[in-house]
Amino acid sequence: MNKLSRRQIAWRLAQDIPEGAVVNLGSGMPLLVSDYLPPDREIIIHSENGLLGIGPKQTGPNPDMNQINAGNVPVTLLPGASFFHHADSFHMIRGGHIDISVLGAYQVSEQGDLANWSLPQGEKAPAVGGAMDLAAGARNIFVMMELFARDGTAKLVRQCTLPLTGSGCVTSIYTDIAILDVIAGHIHIREIIEGITLSALQAELDIELVVSPALSLLRAPALDE
Amino acid sequence: MINKICPSPEEAVKSITDGAVLFLGGFINCGFADDLLDALYAQGTVGLTTISNNPSVGERGMTRLLQDGRISRMICSYSRKPGTSLIEDLIDAGQLALDIIPQGTIAEAIRCNGAGIPGFYTRTGVGTPLAKGKEHRDFDGVTYIFEPALHADFALVRALRGDRWGNLVYDKAARNFNPVMAMSKAFTIAQVDEIVTPGELSPEHIITPGIFVQQIVRSRKT
Repeated sequence: MNKLSRRQIAWRLAQDIPEGAVVNLGSGMPLLVSDYLPPDREIIIHSENGLLGIGPKQTGPNPDMNQINAGNVPVTLLPGASFFHHADSFHMIRGGHIDISVLGAYQVSEQGDLANWSLPQGEKAPAVGGAMDLAAGARNIFVMMELFARDGTAKLVRQCTLPLTGSGCVTSIYTDIAILDVIAGHIHIREIIEGITLSALQAELDIELVVSPALSLLRAPALDE
Repeated sequence: MINKICPSPEEAVKSITDGAVLFLGGFINCGFADDLLDALYAQGTVGLTTISNNPSVGERGMTRLLQDGRISRMICSYSRKPGTSLIEDLIDAGQLALDIIPQGTIAEAIRCNGAGIPGFYTRTGVGTPLAKGKEHRDFDGVTYIFEPALHADFALVRALRGDRWGNLVYDKAARNFNPVMAMSKAFTIAQVDEIVTPGELSPEHIITPGIFVQQIVRSRKT
């Protein structure tokens, strides 16, 4: 079984972002998506700290730290980019003007509930940032995660046991083993990697997978880590 | 003649007394009014409540105030301070109370304050622990929660250029929360890197019209 690396998940997700889409990339793993945007498509990257039209990372010795994305990475701008303040930025998010929000997750439920901000013991210093606004407001939520946690427990669950970020908000789930879509309270499997059978995967999960009629192999090219 | 220019950061923060509630512009470490915050530190002000996106991650400003126990309550969306357990230690010692509010809700609740709106309904947070105890109301079959406007005594903001009327323009992503906080009902003090004469900023390009700003002070040369 050849599981996808985080970069390969990012590459695969990037292929599903259509021309002209307005996309917010959450910090951490989702930011990798920006490295694999198809060069033949114009995609507008939004960052909640007030930027639209973000290009590749800045390179060179003296980065401009007044031009950062929400992950504190200094970035370049594409021609046509703009700056705006936080109330306008979340007007875009809350008002449904963002097509796709890519978020990491601790758990996703069968109903598309998302838990990605707090662990069961709770944090003394919690960090929700803009995740709840994105979960509630973006038109589509693409989750990017490993399908199983380090201890082997599935992150795709019947009911989230961790504190929620948003309910019924997840559209699609991109993982190292499969791509899944949340449709009307059911998880539809769209792609699966070579070397694992559907029944073997199903046996590891507590939820009933619906098999998409167009089920195909999940593949990604070899990528530099 | 209208002249809001203040000679120094020390002079600018003199009216901020113990127990004041402050809006602090900035995101991660970008666009904080560090000269004003350092002056507040030097002045010895205590018992502060801050409303900001996060505790700033640099060595200056909010970090100094936190380290010295001057901030007793912090309202923010993201309370982690990478590379240090300062926030956790302050909470353990009973020296810091913390309120977590989603980032967009902070922004809109401050906008409400300045716009004369008592609060707003939002889907953000519905079904999560942060909705606990809040008024829930359905509109067209969708559930929203009520979020009240946030209030503060002072707004400490950072801009690139300003004039004696208080008109401001910002530097790229250092804009973030600054214009929203400047436009609140709070007494707004703006730290700007350059002071220009009225008319130099194009009326088409002014981001914060001067009526929202009460004092303006130039950044120290670094």
